[in-house]
Formats: sequence, C-alpha cells, structure tokens
Amino acid sequence: MTASGRRTIAVVTAGLGRPSSTRILADRLAEASDRALRLYDEQVDVEVVELRDLAQDITNNLLTGFPSADLEAAIRTVRDADALIAVTPVFSASYSGLFKSFFDVLEEGTLAGKPVLLGATAGTGRHSLVLDFAMRPLFAYLRAVVVPTAVFGASEDFGSNASGSLAERVDRAGRELADLVVGRRASGPVDPFDNPTPFEQLLSGS
Amino acid sequence: MQFGIFTVGDVTPDPTTGRTPTEHERIKATVEIARKAEEVGLDVFATGEHHNPPFIASAPTTTLAFIAARTGRIILSTSTTLITTTDPVLIAENYAKLQHLSDGRVDLMMGRGNTGPVYPWFGKDIRDGIPLAIENYHLLHRLWREEVVSWEGKFRTPLQGFTSTPRPLDGVPPFVWHGSIRSPEIAEQAAYYGDGFFANHIFWPKEHTQRMVGLYRRRFEHYGHGSADQAIVGLGGQVFMRKNSQDAVREFRPYFDNAPVYGHGPSLEEFTAQTPLTVGSPQQVIERTLGFREYVGDYQRQLFLMDHAGLPLKTVLEQLEILGEEVVPVLRKEFAALAPAHVPDAPTHASLVTAAGGGTSTPPTDAVDDVTGRSPEETQR
Repeated sequence: MTASGRRTIAVVTAGLGRPSSTRILADRLAEASDRALRLYDEQVDVEVVELRDLAQDITNNLLTGFPSADLEAAIRTVRDADALIAVTPVFSASYSGLFKSFFDVLEEGTLAGKPVLLGATAGTGRHSLVLDFAMRPLFAYLRAVVVPTAVFGASEDFGSNASGSLAERVDRAGRELADLVVGRRASGPVDPFDNPTPFEQLLSGS
Repeated sequence: MQFGIFTVGDVTPDPTTGRTPTEHERIKATVEIARKAEEVGLDVFATGEHHNPPFIASAPTTTLAFIAARTGRIILSTSTTLITTTDPVLIAENYAKLQHLSDGRVDLMMGRGNTGPVYPWFGKDIRDGIPLAIENYHLLHRLWREEVVSWEGKFRTPLQGFTSTPRPLDGVPPFVWHGSIRSPEIAEQAAYYGDGFFANHIFWPKEHTQRMVGLYRRRFEHYGHGSADQAIVGLGGQVFMRKNSQDAVREFRPYFDNAPVYGHGPSLEEFTAQTPLTVGSPQQVIERTLGFREYVGDYQRQLFLMDHAGLPLKTVLEQLEILGEEVVPVLRKEFAALAPAHVPDAPTHASLVTAAGGGTSTPPTDAVDDVTGRSPEETQR
C-alpha cells in the first residue's frame, strides 16, 4: 500500500507479441480487479511489467547475480504491490522460460503472503491445466496466496459469449483478488539494512 | 590509504589464444604478481581461497608464507579466508605462524565462500553459512586474545583448556576484515567487533555497496568503536588500462566477454556503467576510483582485481606497472588531501602494537604437565 492509502496492483505479463493475447488477458484481469476494489472504495494504481522489455536484463541477472536498474525497478514494483496479477503464454506444456526466469531472480520471500491472480493463454483450451499443474505449484513454492479462480484464455475465448465465458471468469477472479486485498493490512517486508539483527542475537543463534 | 591487489586464483583459458596455463604456471605466476605488486609500490597482496578446480587458491598460508619470504614490505592478506568451512583453530594457528614468519605483515579478510559443495566437502551445511561465520569467528577472536580457551559451540568439538600456538606476534592478533557482497549480518558482525569491513564492490552496482557500507558505519558507531566516519572500510575495484582508452577496450573485451563470472552476459559497456569496472586510460581509472569515496565515505583500503579471466602473466605485470607507477601515486596524494584528520588509516601490525602499549612478547604457556597431567588452566589457578 502506498503512503497515500491507495492500493497497488502489479501486473507481470510474459507475452511476446505486440499486441499479445497474454497482455490483453492481463489488462482485463487488472480492470476487473480495479472495478472490484473500487466497490470497496479503494483507490487503485495498476503498474504493468512487460517481461519482453526486460528479457536481456533478466538473463544478465541470472549470470551476474544482480539486476539492472530497469529490472530492479520492476522487481520493486512487484515486491511493494498489494497484489500481483501474473500472466504467461503456454510454451511446451508450461509457463514460458522468460516468465519463470523473472520469478527465479526474485529474492527469496519476495512474494510471501502476497495475493496473486494467475492467468495463462494458448492457442487452444487443451492447455488449460497448465494453470493448476504448473503455475499453482510455482506460486505455492513462492508462498504467495493464490486466488481460487485462475483464468485461462484460449484464442477461441476472445470471440465467445457463452455461459462460463472468459468475461465471467475474469470478473470472478477480479472479485476474489479484491476480497483478498481488502482483508489485508499492507505490511512491507522488514528491511535488513534499516533494521539489522543485533549481533548479540546473531551470536546466541536465536 | 592502502592500495593493493586481490586475486581469486582462477585457472582460465586465454580466450585470445585458447591456451590454459597449467596449475604450476598459475601458482608461480601468483608469486610473480605479488612480487611485482611490491616492486611497483603497492601496499597489499591478497589471495582468495577455493577448494575446487579451476582454482589454485587452496592452501593460502603456504602461498602467503612463500611470498613473505620473497618480499620485504608488502602486507599479505586474504580475499577471502573461508571462516565457514575452515576450523577456526587452524586459522588461528596458521595465520599466527604467518604473522611471525612475515614479521607482522599479515591481515585477513573473512568470507563465507561461494561454492555450494565446499560446505559438504568440509562436513558443513550451506544453510548454516551465517551461523558458521558468526560462531567460528567468535572462537577465532578468543583464541587469539585468550591464552587458555575453554569453549563449546554448535559446530565444532568443544575445547577444554586449549591454547592456540604460536601466540600472535607481540601479543597482537592480525587485523581482520569481514568481506561480504550482500549479507547485512556480516556488516553487523564487523561493526560489533570494530573490525574492518570490505565490500567486494566489483560484481554489484554501487548503490548496493553504499547500503552495505552505510550499515557497517552506523553500527560501528552504535557499538562504540568511534564515529561512523572512522570505521575501517575497504573496497574492491577492477580495471584494465592502456595509454589510449580505445586500446584498453579493444584488448580487454575478449577477456571480459568470456570471463568466468559475468561473461556472455551484459556487454562491457553495460557492466562498466553498472559496476566499478573501468577499462580505459590511467586518468580514467584515477577519476573513477576517486569517485568511490563519494558514496562510501573516506575509506582505508582499495584492492584491485588484475589477474583473472585468462589474462596472460605478461599483461598482468604490465598492468601492475601502470597501476603502481601512474595511478596509485596520484590516488595517494588526492585521497590524502581529501580525508579529514580524524579518519584513521587502516590498522597495521605496527599501529596495533603501538595501540596496545608496545606489545608483549609472551613466553609460551606451560603445556599440560607431563608428570602431573595438570592442564594450563589448573596451573594458572
């Protein structure tokens, strides 16, 4: 939560095309979450991180161990947000390598306890279990709190209005994320530089 | 202010020729490099410690003792000594011995090591990295200061009535730096003891070094060792120089592009912008290095990494000549003019002896009595 009392939603999207259906889904999820939060009288800032723009920086971070200034800003956006929407295209039966690499360079604990809404896109709905068999375990490992509804967007969904349509799932997911966010008090991570563990405590091993 | 070099002892193929030096060549080259460092007027030579190929940096006190015998003035140090996986009793003995043999030209930099398997190879667990560094150093600190130590901790066999030998030269333990790239706990540890803090500096952006040093200085003052700006700070640096900066860039680029740590990642230009790496003319190195104090404050020791990534010995020796003859004399003058009088120099054996009131030449403590079997502790009672 920012100083002014607004809520921030970070959106991480790993789509590669311009425009990408992954980004389109990410934007719709952000809009739905924004709408739902406003019903609670929360003011919302949405900050989008396009991983395509950071692809080289992410690779460099894997090699050198530190992020470039742009990547560091993106990481800070995710770390400090009240909630995260993470959307990836499906590549070879899972999230894309770029998507995974971004989460690989986060410091341990960055997403701990953070409300997260997951989305994925692919050419057909036959990949939809990627949400539950690949993405949920990743975010469970990262100790994020993932909302029940994860949204899969297959190409055909973008032209359908049927019951259980993409729009309904997006709205439901947004409401679930909003419910999680308003129920939480914003609590930033303890900065070990501002609040170092006193040495006596280190020495006693407690 | 002290100026010197630090090496990691990597055996890396020269990317311009494809030739890899033998271990023997690299080990002998390390000695050559240390001797050249003294010859060109540098103050410190520090060697790393690794226990796996492609490094030749195991057995650091053997290397340093040999160098001590071949030099007369330069301070021998480490970058770093693995306080996590090395028995603190052995560190106490080895470096006290080195202190005697080199007539006090020794200090050490503690570090945790960055090779995962080194922990299990030495019977430790990497998840205990910080607790090992804390406990082992606390024991080492006592072994050098207390004649007879009885001790029990989590990670090592307890000691009953143990005396580490030889005792430190003149009763004054070697000065210790604590090195860390990214762990605030280590800055806290250095501050607690009033030891030096060395920021690796070369692999990470300056903002990060600034936070680490800032924390150390603040806590140094908190623990009552002096004001924050009197804390003892060392920095790494990495340079490659030729008279014309374009020549330096052209010559160094293949070594950079294939370097073990950051090779095949960011470009030379990006890495130069993001880290303290300076590839260019001696004047550029002077200006960049003088800029370090703007974000860490007045500091006491500057070590440069000069001999890695497969650079041939001949090139390294040329680089040391440029460093010692064209760069360091200017830096010495400029830094001295900038530092306020209340900021101390890095402690040396001589200054520590003076501070201790002239030092003591301790007679050896009685060992366990052969006849009665009495321990030194009992003898003292």
